[in-house]
Amino acid sequence: MLMPAVSLKNIIKTYASGKVKAVNNVSFDVERGELFGLIGPDGAGKTSIFRILTTLLLADKGEATVEGKDVVKDYQVIRNKVGYMPGRFSLYQDLTVAENLKFFATIFKTTIEENYNLVKDIYEQIKPFNNRPAGKLSGGMKQKLALCCALIHKPEVLFLDEPTTGVDAVSRKEFWEMLKQLKQQQITIMVSTPYMDEAALCDRIALIQNGTIMSLDTPQNIINSFPDPLYAARANDFYRLLKNFRTDPAVGNCYAFGEYMHMTMKDAHNTEAFIKELAAKYNAEDAEVKKITPVIEDCFIRLMRETDTTRASLNEQAI
Amino acid sequence: MSNKAIICKNLTKKFGDFKAVNQITFDVVQGEIFGFLGANGAGKTTAMRMLCGLSYPTSGEASVAGFNVYKQQEKIKANIGYMSQKFSLYENLTVLENIQFYGGVYGLSRSEIKKRGDEMVSTLGLTNEAKKFVGELPLGWKQKLAFSVAIFHRPKIVFLDEPTGGVDPVTRRQFWDLIYEAAANGITIFVTTHYMDEAEYCNRISIMVDGKVEALDTPANLKKQFDTDSMDGVFYQLARRAQRGAD
Repeated sequence: MLMPAVSLKNIIKTYASGKVKAVNNVSFDVERGELFGLIGPDGAGKTSIFRILTTLLLADKGEATVEGKDVVKDYQVIRNKVGYMPGRFSLYQDLTVAENLKFFATIFKTTIEENYNLVKDIYEQIKPFNNRPAGKLSGGMKQKLALCCALIHKPEVLFLDEPTTGVDAVSRKEFWEMLKQLKQQQITIMVSTPYMDEAALCDRIALIQNGTIMSLDTPQNIINSFPDPLYAARANDFYRLLKNFRTDPAVGNCYAFGEYMHMTMKDAHNTEAFIKELAAKYNAEDAEVKKITPVIEDCFIRLMRETDTTRASLNEQAI
Repeated sequence: MSNKAIICKNLTKKFGDFKAVNQITFDVVQGEIFGFLGANGAGKTTAMRMLCGLSYPTSGEASVAGFNVYKQQEKIKANIGYMSQKFSLYENLTVLENIQFYGGVYGLSRSEIKKRGDEMVSTLGLTNEAKKFVGELPLGWKQKLAFSVAIFHRPKIVFLDEPTGGVDPVTRRQFWDLIYEAAANGITIFVTTHYMDEAEYCNRISIMVDGKVEALDTPANLKKQFDTDSMDGVFYQLARRAQRGAD
């Protein structure tokens, strides 16, 4: 059996003397060379998991290893083997681009030259600003520098905590291109994100909410396991139709999704034609209905409703 | 009386030689949900700060809720609501105390605060949480509460700066229900977001590139204009043209 790059067994982490369960009995493995995504909203427990794995936080219970080393006993060994890019920008703002990179290389007893091939593609994009203090860089450039600093000691496992949060759609695409390149260098990458559309770019993903893993598999398998036929509908008065469908007894779930609303039916025999009739009953103008393949966000919404129905129904009252 | 909540004409803000906002011109109609999009560093925040009466333009004209951005900044502040992604309520005050505080800041009477506050807490389904510290609420509820507080004084316009960042997909949609309801009650919504599916929920969208408004229309028309089937496609085509660095 090959040793996994990262392994968690029944990890529990609470805050506020046990009142807040940030990580609730989480177990999973990340294979060597895998690009693994931890997908979930703020407060799901993603950062706590990252901090436990990078030996910066102690779990209340459970065991975890990185490259076979225990996160508690072997923390010093692990710190030399991993690269960590925290969610908050944590480089030295008053050091220049070059100084920051040299600093991190020196700390890990290496040089920029030694591992230059690893950071070359990313570093060359920020090299024109070599003498600029890191604090004066744009958001996108800060992110690239932080990635270089996390890579410069040639880590075996790279932990990226929400590297694309607050970043615009174009820069997000560029960042994922860089990750794809890195993956070819055989580095195991564990990345977290609240953007569900990024999930499709990972080898495997864990969907996490309220400290619990709701599902863990390849993005394709998670999509394939969506249990019901899913339909997309729209009409001229979008919001009115959405409200009508939500309260209709034949409709299972119905929620807005871009220019369409996505919906499932309680009875699987009710397909497009039935939904079109239903729309007509509510006098929807220019109604359009089609069957669609779910995306990860559909799966996430479904799992949230299933695993936490009491809270979901409470929230629904709130509307 | 004009039915324009915002009128913006050649509005410009320079920092030294740098044109952060470069002659932007657009109107927002009362009751409209107006999406204000752009890549990082395109000038959105600078433009919003001028419209909220927090910074003076270098040149150009603009009025917000009928008030001039040069001469009537205080009037603007009293007539708008504002909410950012950074949570702005006091975590160590209770739900009710936050409502009382913000109601007081906007000059509502005690009796009015009591009446509207009770109403709001019950519509939000927070009756049992009214005396809890806001810091104890889940993020999604906090954001919904923050929005309700931002429109508590019934402003003509509310500015929402990435209100749903990091929020789970179910709560994100509930948040948009609140936005729709506010718009149906005549409040103009001016919103920024990085979620392209949310751009679709807006009546009209403007997209800023390098300090200029490069596109402004309904989501359907923009998709037609850029010959693509998603807002993501529109945004990508425009933002890729950007010459200057982000932020």
